[in-house]
Amino acid sequence: MEAVIQNVDVLASAFWVTLQLALIGAVGALVVGTLIASMRVSPVPPLRWFGAAYVQIVRNTPLTVVLFMAAFGLPEVGVVVSFFSFAAIGLTVYTAAFVAEAVRSGINAVPVGQAEAARSIGLTFPQTMGLVILPQAIRSVIPPLGSIMIALLKNTSVAAAVGVAEAMQTTAGLANRFGNQVLEIFAIVGLIYAALALTLSFLFRLVERRLAVSR
Amino acid sequence: MSDSVLYDVAGPRTRRRTAVWGAAATVALLALVALGATRLADNGQFDAEKWSPFVEIPRVREILAEGLLATLQAAAYALVFALVLGTLLAVGRLSTHWWLRWPAGLVVEILRALPLLLLIFFFFLAFPLAFGINVAPLWSLVLGLTLYNGAVIAEIIRAGVLALPRGQREAAAAIGLRDSQVMRLVLLPQAFRVMLPALISQLVVLLKDSTLGFLIGYRDLLEVSGVIRQQLDNPIQTYLIVAAIFILVNSALSWLAHRVEARQRRKYGVRARLGVDDVETGLQQGAAAAVAAGATARPVGPPGATDEPRA
Repeated sequence: MEAVIQNVDVLASAFWVTLQLALIGAVGALVVGTLIASMRVSPVPPLRWFGAAYVQIVRNTPLTVVLFMAAFGLPEVGVVVSFFSFAAIGLTVYTAAFVAEAVRSGINAVPVGQAEAARSIGLTFPQTMGLVILPQAIRSVIPPLGSIMIALLKNTSVAAAVGVAEAMQTTAGLANRFGNQVLEIFAIVGLIYAALALTLSFLFRLVERRLAVSR
Repeated sequence: MSDSVLYDVAGPRTRRRTAVWGAAATVALLALVALGATRLADNGQFDAEKWSPFVEIPRVREILAEGLLATLQAAAYALVFALVLGTLLAVGRLSTHWWLRWPAGLVVEILRALPLLLLIFFFFLAFPLAFGINVAPLWSLVLGLTLYNGAVIAEIIRAGVLALPRGQREAAAAIGLRDSQVMRLVLLPQAFRVMLPALISQLVVLLKDSTLGFLIGYRDLLEVSGVIRQQLDNPIQTYLIVAAIFILVNSALSWLAHRVEARQRRKYGVRARLGVDDVETGLQQGAAAAVAAGATARPVGPPGATDEPRA
């Protein structure tokens, strides 16, 4: 137990990195995912194909492979940033595919009359999407989005694979240094992850109660 | 009649605008690809020596095949164990005895809240250091995968059982079956059939998660490809090939899941069934959301009215 108490600062900064990764990944994934979902229902065929291809490819690739391609491939194309940024980019790209699918199911759940009414008052496709469809679509898929975000929080642990000093990496390091207290270390870290996941779940339930549209 | 309600059948102006946007999008995409390609070419990424080993050197293909086999092996073990664990946990959560229900529920919620990597490291690091038992990388990976996916599968099965018509349980109880027999003989078989697409989807997730084994030195596809990369110094090409392999295998599994789902829908009507997408979108929130997602088209009328006659 002393190991944990002595290293509270290390653990805290590690979990702060985890939270930062999760936050950046969440915002990025929401933006990119909504964009991809819009592309998948747009009237422009090349955009539709790109959206479908993106989702199909990224959903079937493991997160570790995506992170590796970001960490090794991007420098070759001229994008050289920190490990943290590579991990953030990889997590964003990966999670965006799942967000896109969730938002697309939300778009399909919006009553047909909404889109028809929007068309009949002359709104263009971007206007229809932005003003009528997407606000309703996103509000109706808040629970799945919540579970995707919780999965993202847990996926930040995989960023340890590309050398980011987040919580999982630090836990392994601490466990190796303080072998005799490894059970306490793992228990505490597990509790913190569970607490974070529960908090996120609670937050999403709050948001859902205030914003959700059930169909 | 346009195929989407979001935009009308295109008139001449819209056709022109769509063509312009399409062309602009394609040009922008191609420009981006060209930019990346020129940068890659400058760094010699298109050189034959980076790509040819995969075609010319048989040893490279052998290594990749061994890695793929190891990945599939770990996934197969984990799937079988997770199915067993998941069934046990689901039956526990559905039990009428509170002393079974609460512990099972607790275990499931805890396992789903923890990162998979934490579980894997727990078996790989904590067991040797705390109990002196050395756990091989394969079994650390399999145990971690089993625990985590067992909890997810427990939720899938629970959603499947909850989605069955209430009449099934009532009828089974009415002919005198005990609770355990009701579960074993009537509910579980139907639930398994209903949730087969979701299970196959979970297998896809399992395959992707099995790549975490490389972090503890398990010689799966990702780990052996790292060896290739170090020897030949062609990370982009190597990981592209690895990604392609995964995409192929997972796409095939997803296609299989969709086929099974369509077949279920044809044979058993649009009754409560867990769709392939419900795994990722609905199930994590618990059975209620999954049931809502899968059972949106409950037919009106007594259960069985819309079924085809079953032997």
